[in-house]
Amino acid sequence: MARLILLGGQQMLAFVFRNYHLTRRYFGWVVVFSFYAVVNSATIALIGVAMNDPRLTMTLVIGAMMWGFLSQLFNDVSMAIAYERWEGTLEYTFMAPVSRFAHLIGESIYAVFYSMIRLFLILIGVALFVDLDLSHTNWIGLIVTLMVSSLAFIGLGLIAATLPVMSPERGAEATNIFQGSLLLVSGIYYPVEILPAWLQPLAKLSPATYALSACRKLMGVGSPADETGRFYGAPISAILPELATLLLMGW
Amino acid sequence: MISEHSNNGCEHAIVVRHLKKSFRKRKRQRYFRYKVTEELAVNDVSFFVSPGETYGLLGPNGSGKSTLIRILSTLLIPDGGEVRVLGHRLPEEEKAVRWKIGRVSVDAAFYKKLSARENLLYSAHLYGLNPRSAEKRAFGILERLGIESHRFSDPLEEMSRGMQQKISIARALMINPPMLLLDEPTTGLDPKSRRDVQKFIEQLREEEGTTILLTTHDMAEAERLCARIGFLAKGKIVAEGTAAELRQQAGVVSFEDVFIRLTGENLSEDLT
Repeated sequence: MARLILLGGQQMLAFVFRNYHLTRRYFGWVVVFSFYAVVNSATIALIGVAMNDPRLTMTLVIGAMMWGFLSQLFNDVSMAIAYERWEGTLEYTFMAPVSRFAHLIGESIYAVFYSMIRLFLILIGVALFVDLDLSHTNWIGLIVTLMVSSLAFIGLGLIAATLPVMSPERGAEATNIFQGSLLLVSGIYYPVEILPAWLQPLAKLSPATYALSACRKLMGVGSPADETGRFYGAPISAILPELATLLLMGW
Repeated sequence: MISEHSNNGCEHAIVVRHLKKSFRKRKRQRYFRYKVTEELAVNDVSFFVSPGETYGLLGPNGSGKSTLIRILSTLLIPDGGEVRVLGHRLPEEEKAVRWKIGRVSVDAAFYKKLSARENLLYSAHLYGLNPRSAEKRAFGILERLGIESHRFSDPLEEMSRGMQQKISIARALMINPPMLLLDEPTTGLDPKSRRDVQKFIEQLREEEGTTILLTTHDMAEAERLCARIGFLAKGKIVAEGTAAELRQQAGVVSFEDVFIRLTGENLSEDLT
């Protein structure tokens, strides 16, 4: 039993090892895409600055950051199989004595680490353009929320990852449509309530809706600002319903 | 009828009986109307390979060679018939088979941006091997195949096809498998690389007693390496035997003529 666990661990490590070296070898593109993500997030946040509305600015920053994190994570996990098909290595992975569980968990572990590092780099980049006061943010709560929401997004990513196995082209296309739909219904940059009534129920099915709601509370966007315009992040107890829903979705 | 055992009483390394595999193809007609056709890729194929034997499967493109290799490497599930690899039934015991086979295919499937070393270490982790000893073994194989050690850290995209194919062989042998499935391993290689690979396969058979199933378009290679050869045409084995037996059966001298006579097909265009 212990030998099997060790073997499973080593096989998961194989995917972390491979993805780490692929990131290293494609570092130029990593820089390019990260630059684009920083500029994209900053331009969205600057809409709030132009409106001279700190609450709107913070809402947009949180939306851009969280969507950057969750979409990267979803993309990395969901495209794991499609990517191997493009590289031409899928047959070798499938004929290796590796369970699909170890394969996809290995991919997911690296995706979570990569997405988190990218998120913090983008946050630093956005801070160069927008004056963010994060001194009263509940950082521990934010990390907990990121971890818990990762589970739900990994779950969705794993479902999507199997689509290219069934149909290579159509599967990859369906994954992108699904990702776009999540962006639409989850209220990333706006309240869900402004969506057409027929779309609003779908927001309840998206883990991003709950992740964003929790992050806004933890960064104090939902609470009134004090006389200096500072926002005070809520304690973890205030986001327990969101965490419970995300855990349930991840499960 | 194929017996379960070879002449020396050992169980055959590969037993294939009445194997069938077809693929459904959907062709678009008009708007949302599709015509579904079924193509038989492998049609009632039976053969066996003894332990330590090198068996050659020759046939024109589309004759079913790669489909057969994919079935034996657990990537495809047969529609009918029986397949046993090293005593394990497929597809029921595919996990056990995966630990025991190495495969080299016509295109060296690697992460081209990664170096030879990174690709090999990735495989070592997948097979639960000690990375250091696996790396040592793989580098030993590469040196025997004529790759200089200073190239191990180069990205594969900077290497020639011949070098990539040699790394693919090292990857397959790194796990020390009792059986090797070689799917056109020398197609597209220059004469020097082809000779290196062929010499290495011969050494491997003699030193390690590895069972090898080889598909190739190169008649001279098949004659040189294979103890027995099966000719596959349109999904069926149309002739089988030693090179001398096949020559006698066809009544011609050149092995290329033997192939044409027995399969009723011209040699593949990609014959090199």
